[in-house]
Order: sequence, then structure tokens, then C-alpha cells
Amino acid sequence: MRAGLALAALLTLGVVPARAETLVVGLSFNRMAINSTYAGASVAVFGAIERDGQSAARSGDYDVVVTIRGPRRSLTVREKDALGPVWLNRRQRKFGEVPVFLAVASSRPLDALADAATRRRLRLGLDAIIGAPELTLASSEGEDPFRSALLRLRKDEGLFIERPAGVRFLSSGVFQANLPLPAGAPVGSYEVEVALLAGGTPLATRAAGFDLVKTGFEQRMAAFARDWSPVYGLAAAALALLSGWLASVIFRRD
Amino acid sequence: MQIYLPIAEMPVSVLTLLGLGALVGFVSGLFGIGGGFLMTPMLIFLGIPPAIAVATQTAPIAASSTTSVLAALRRNAIDLRLGLVLVGGGLAGTGLGVWFFAAMRRAGQLDLVIALSYLTLFTAVGGLMLTDSLRDLWSRRRGRPRPRRLGGDHPAYMAWPLRMRFPRSRLYASVIPILALALFVGFAGAVLGIGGGFIMVPALLYLLRVPTGVVVGTSQFQILWTSLVALVLHAIQNQAVDMVLAVILITGGVFGAQFGARFGRNLRSETFRLLLAALVLTVGLRFAIDLIVPPVEPFSVVVAEER
Repeated sequence: MRAGLALAALLTLGVVPARAETLVVGLSFNRMAINSTYAGASVAVFGAIERDGQSAARSGDYDVVVTIRGPRRSLTVREKDALGPVWLNRRQRKFGEVPVFLAVASSRPLDALADAATRRRLRLGLDAIIGAPELTLASSEGEDPFRSALLRLRKDEGLFIERPAGVRFLSSGVFQANLPLPAGAPVGSYEVEVALLAGGTPLATRAAGFDLVKTGFEQRMAAFARDWSPVYGLAAAALALLSGWLASVIFRRD
Repeated sequence: MQIYLPIAEMPVSVLTLLGLGALVGFVSGLFGIGGGFLMTPMLIFLGIPPAIAVATQTAPIAASSTTSVLAALRRNAIDLRLGLVLVGGGLAGTGLGVWFFAAMRRAGQLDLVIALSYLTLFTAVGGLMLTDSLRDLWSRRRGRPRPRRLGGDHPAYMAWPLRMRFPRSRLYASVIPILALALFVGFAGAVLGIGGGFIMVPALLYLLRVPTGVVVGTSQFQILWTSLVALVLHAIQNQAVDMVLAVILITGGVFGAQFGARFGRNLRSETFRLLLAALVLTVGLRFAIDLIVPPVEPFSVVVAEER
């Protein structure tokens, strides 16, 4: 009976404090310009947790997960298999709309921060994002070699990043995360999502975003190649002919 | 020193690319081949998207073959008449090849077709050339050089109808096998993303018996036209030509090609053929190893082209 009361009290404690935390999130930039010396960048995500007056001030047990998703593309994962003496691409799995770049930073290792069901539901962590059922037609139950291959290959390329201690609390309600944007990360719009949890319970989420864009010469060159492709092609041909002729003049011996 | 490529959308090391351009230019100038079969895999290895690698490498090839053709013209080491026939057949073959490429891509078997064609083509051509050169060297060492060919000693296909005179190559042969050769080279080039010089040079040497001095210039003349057409078509159809990448590769390539050509002039004809045979065979064997050796990582990720 006393145990039951204690349990009821615990449960009440867990539910009743109607915590109304809100998140405020800022990025170190909203638009990253690519110039000819661009070789990757680093994104800083700043955030503050605002509590409303009634809720008890509880420090130290907030958890934060920062997820950056790059532009989405459809892709195919292929598996080589032996056919007689030769190895060929035999089986393949198509994925629709997978972010080409993914970075996840958290204040603690993800499995300590929320249970598997919550992580799956909120898409917290690379496993949960790539394991999401809507990514490909095949079932996401059990171990899927294609999904794990995608995860492994992208991590090796540095395009999928997971930082289990990447979110740092500067004070009880202010945090910061630094995530790298490698040079190979594609041009386009990036979504930043910050999730706040406490004791495995999601409290709030907040979205932000930034754009990675070509500027100046790079942007004009790309536009020229796209909008004036016949002229661009002829210009490339003229360039090749001209430099070939120039070389023969420079190196002329006879 | 890093520079950002506007179309490939990635930063690359300028020095690495200059070196790559110079190396391929050297091989290209030495053997009178385009060098696309070396350049394309290396660019892809550096992380350049395949479509952009295939399209952009036509620019340095066009540039270095321009230099070679101009040099050959000055030395009168080119058969323009034979070259024009080859260009005509080659362009028709390229058209057929592009169509076949699209059909195989729809069928989903493009990778296999490319790997198998590289394997069979390169090992067959390389193996034939190597055995011939080795036999040549062997009989020379024993002091009994193989008898040189006599005037009437022509293969039967040279005497087919529609014969044409090619005075510069000392050739009086039917146009049919020449056009067929050019058609095949253009076709293979379009499917494999290569210029086809490595097929053209041995074929001119062995099948048509064109004198060695004229082979390189004539082959470069044909490569110049096919690579120029390919460059413009790739820019229009795929928008995959990266001008910054092209400029870097051209700069490296023109220097490399000069040294290659100079080095090639001091080379004995037998050594020349032996080296070319070894190079072609190596590339073929590399594809064989890829096909036969169990891969460490059986999985691969292909991102759909956005264009």
C-alpha cells in the first residue's frame, strides 16, 4: 500500500509539473557563401531554454539533440555478389529523398538520452533517421544490410556525422554545438532541428535553417553553363583549341 | 592550394590536378593517344562526379591533340585524307554509341557492359600488341630480323571495292575496312567515355600498315575532332563541363604533352610498341582484377543525377 502510494506520488511528480519550456535557437550564419577558396565550414548552433515562471527550475537534467539535414536526393545502394568467377552488382535498393549530408550532435550519448521508441519517433540520431520506414519501400524491421551499408559508407565519407558529446551547456539554460560542414557537402538548403528532452521525455523542438550558396565567379559560371549551354560548350571548345595552339607556339622548336 | 570547382561543386587541390594533367599529357604526347582511359578513372578516384569527369576530360584531350596536330602538320607527319575518312566514320560511330549507351542504361546493365568491354577490349588489344612486339624483339636479338613487308603483301580486306589512294601513308586500300574501323572506334569511345586512340593507333599500325611516322599525327587528327564534338555535346546535353577543372587540366596537359612528344621522337619503333602494349594491357588487367577479386566493400552508393 505504501509502495503503491509512493509510486503514485512519483508518477504524479513526473506528469504534473506542466513544464512549458520553449527553445530559442540561433545559428552562426544563415547563408554561407562559397567562393573559390571555400574548403568547408563550421556551423555553430546556439540555444537557450526558457522556462515559464511556474515550473520549477531544474538544472542539469536537460538533454539537447541538434540535427542538421542537407538537401535531399534519391539514391541507390548496390551490392556486389559473385556470379561464377566475376563480381557484379546484383541486388540494389532505391532510397527516396535521403539528406546528402546529416550531422547529429547531442549532450549525451543518444541511447542514454531517450529509449529506442522515442528516438525512432523523433528521428533522433543517424540510426533513427536512416531506419525511418518512409525512406525506402522495403520493411525497416530487423537488420537491413542496405540501410547499414548506406550509413557506414556515408560515415566513411564524412557526410554523416554523429557527435555524442557535441552539445555543450554553457550554463543551465544555454547551450552551444559546433558541427563541421565538410567541403563535399552539397550546395542547397540545410535544415537545423533542435530537440529538448528531459529524462527521456521530449519537451520542445525548434527548427532553423541556412543556405549554402555559390557567389560571385562560381555562381556566374554555373549560371552560364546552365542558361547558355551551347555558348558555354563552344567557349570550352575555343578555349581548348586556343590553348593547344598557344602551346605549339610557345614550344615551337623547328 | 585548394580551389573550388563551380560545376563539380567541390574543392580540389590545384597541384594534384596539374600533376594529373601533366602525366596524362605526357602519355598522350608519347603515344599519340587521347589518354581519356587514364584521365577519367583518375578524376573519379579524386572524387569528381563521373558525369563531370567524363565530360570535362574531353577539353584537355582536345587541347593536347591540337598541339600534336599542329606539330605533325609542320613535320608533314599526318595523312589528312585518311584522317578525314576516319573522322567521318568516327562521328557516325559516336552517334550509334550514344544511342546504345542510353539503351543499356535503361536496361540497368551499364556497369557490367562497361567493365566487360574494358576488360575484353584492353586485354585483347594489349595482348596482341605485346606478343607481336615480343616476337619482334626476340628475332632481332637472335640476329634475324623479321622480313619487312613487301609491296604486294597486303591483307585481303585492303583489296575490297571502293579503293582509295592515300599517298602520304603509301596506301591504296578499300574505304570499307577503314570506315568500319572508325565506326567501331567511335562507338566504343562513346560507350566507354574514351577517345579510342589506343584502339586507333594499333589498328592503323597493324591492320592498315600505315607507316609509324604518320600514325600518331593521323590518330591525333581524328581524336581532335571527336573530342571537340563530344565536348560541345556534353556541355549542351548534360551541362557537365567544368571550365575551371578544364583550365587546370589543360595547363598541366600541354606541358606534359610537349615532353611526351619529344621523348617519343627518340624512341625506337619497337620500344614504342612494347610500351604502348604494356600500358593498354595494364589497364585491361586492372579491370579484370576489379571483376574477379572479391571486393572488400560489396556495397556502393549512387546518388541520382539531379540534372
